[in-house]
Amino acid sequence: MYLKSLQVKQFKSYAEAQFDFISNINCIVGENGIGKTNLLDAIHFLSMTKSARGVGDPLCIQHGEDYFMIQGNFVYQKQDASKLPASETQITCAYQRGQKKSFLRDQKAYPRLADHIGNFPVVLMDPYDTDLIREGSEERRRFFDGMMAQMDRAFLDNLLRYNRIVQQRNTLLKHFAERGTVDRILLDSYHEPMVQLGETIASARVEFLKKYLPNFQTHYAKLSDDREQVNINIESTFPLGELDATLRNAEAQDLAAQRSTLGIHRDDFSFEINGFPLKKFGSQGQQKSFVVALKLAQFDTLAQARPRKPLLLLDDIFDKLDDRRIQRLVQMMAEDHFGQVFITDARPERTKSLLKNLKGEIKYLAL
Amino acid sequence: MAMNNYPSRIIEQAVEEISKLPGIGKKSALRLALHLLKRPESQSLQLAHALVQLRTETQFCPQCHMISDGGLCGICNSHKREESLICVVEDMRDVLAIENTGQFIGLYHVLGGIISPLAGISPSDLQIESLIQRVSSGKITEVILGLSPTMEGDTTAFYLTKKLKEFPIKISTIARGIPIGGDLEYTDEITLGRSIVGRVVYE
Ligand SMILES: [Zn+2]
Repeated sequence: MYLKSLQVKQFKSYAEAQFDFISNINCIVGENGIGKTNLLDAIHFLSMTKSARGVGDPLCIQHGEDYFMIQGNFVYQKQDASKLPASETQITCAYQRGQKKSFLRDQKAYPRLADHIGNFPVVLMDPYDTDLIREGSEERRRFFDGMMAQMDRAFLDNLLRYNRIVQQRNTLLKHFAERGTVDRILLDSYHEPMVQLGETIASARVEFLKKYLPNFQTHYAKLSDDREQVNINIESTFPLGELDATLRNAEAQDLAAQRSTLGIHRDDFSFEINGFPLKKFGSQGQQKSFVVALKLAQFDTLAQARPRKPLLLLDDIFDKLDDRRIQRLVQMMAEDHFGQVFITDARPERTKSLLKNLKGEIKYLAL
Repeated sequence: MAMNNYPSRIIEQAVEEISKLPGIGKKSALRLALHLLKRPESQSLQLAHALVQLRTETQFCPQCHMISDGGLCGICNSHKREESLICVVEDMRDVLAIENTGQFIGLYHVLGGIISPLAGISPSDLQIESLIQRVSSGKITEVILGLSPTMEGDTTAFYLTKKLKEFPIKISTIARGIPIGGDLEYTDEITLGRSIVGRVVYE
């Protein structure tokens, strides 16, 4: 699968633009601030129904306008040898201020945005990836949940439902505090679905990690010279199978705190190196390898889940990575590990020299 | 271009009010306002009159809380309906959807919404007390919960089940031929008709 063309209208810095891509490597070059990241974000939006950096939809509208549109034509190449002609699918995203965002597939609207997620998977690597190590548990949950959502529609549905329950329950806890009364029956109405969905999501995360971890460790080993052991653990706020009792026991605590203090929305993924926390004990180089391996393992795990490779978006990463890790990425491109790749760089001569030995076709788009 | 400056305060006010309606942005609101100005004055006055009447003269059935022209609604008043059977729904659109299936012979109870702390809707804002009163009268043998299969619909169904537990009645929910996250209103009539016939009894 690859993105053949992209059209944007009033999206971020773009008034109106149209791009044609090739199925192999696309290098988007141009000065900083010219819109390279916004172009990749448009592709990300088309795949994940939202901006990569958590920017709200209204802020994606070009300044002074009141709607934006992104449209992409994806081509599927049949994997088998039947030589059937490739089929093309058009995805359109439109958002108008104050209205519901809509996604259309071949001009037919998806009933729900969630029905689109995962159909056109992407993996994005950008300079903010180190947030996965540096920042709080929310970043890591978002990374793993986002990956699982692309592979498993039921997981996404459960997660959306669970998050909604927590939102409702937190608001309810605040109301109880304001009024000084507690409606036990109403509080109970949120307990059972929270337990049921929470357990399902927690087990799914455990199962997912079993598939993901070997991919991750393989990539880390290839990115790093040393023989250090890396690991990812789920640090849960409850023992699997005991969410019911855990939430019951936390009810007084929740009423006092006016929010749901325990559950899968508070669980974390811990990153370890030789059994110690990576954030404290990993060197700069080890942390960089860790982050790149997280993303490459995301690519592999998504590619294993479906008979199509995700699009790989490499946004401005040559500045941030050192030679060793860049060489590894280029080597993987040479080995045809990836499908369609998008690279942005403010220094075209650097990209050209890095990619000069690749046999595959490379297209340069100057913005 | 952003439309913050209108040439007229009156236009601005009209756009402001019209754009408060669901699904209508500022641009559409302006289009509608300008359209009304192009049409004969009588059309706008009739619209305004209809809106005022809608809001001030609409009445609700004292028994099921569906919109009525005064007194009991047509369904509650009918001798052909099974009075021991009540289907609980969110709003009048659900009543119309179920009536269109022609499969349901009982009466309704319109809650007027579903429980959602986020939307500021608590059980006391809904017709839940009156439902309990209807059931406690002793004439009811079965309550069918015909709420949307959304998280809020499920929570409300759970709450009602707990509230009605003490009464010797059967509580069931319409079978889920309805897609997850779907609204009752958008479900096609055949699916809904089958759902209401093949309802599931709550534990
Ligand atoms: Zn009535």
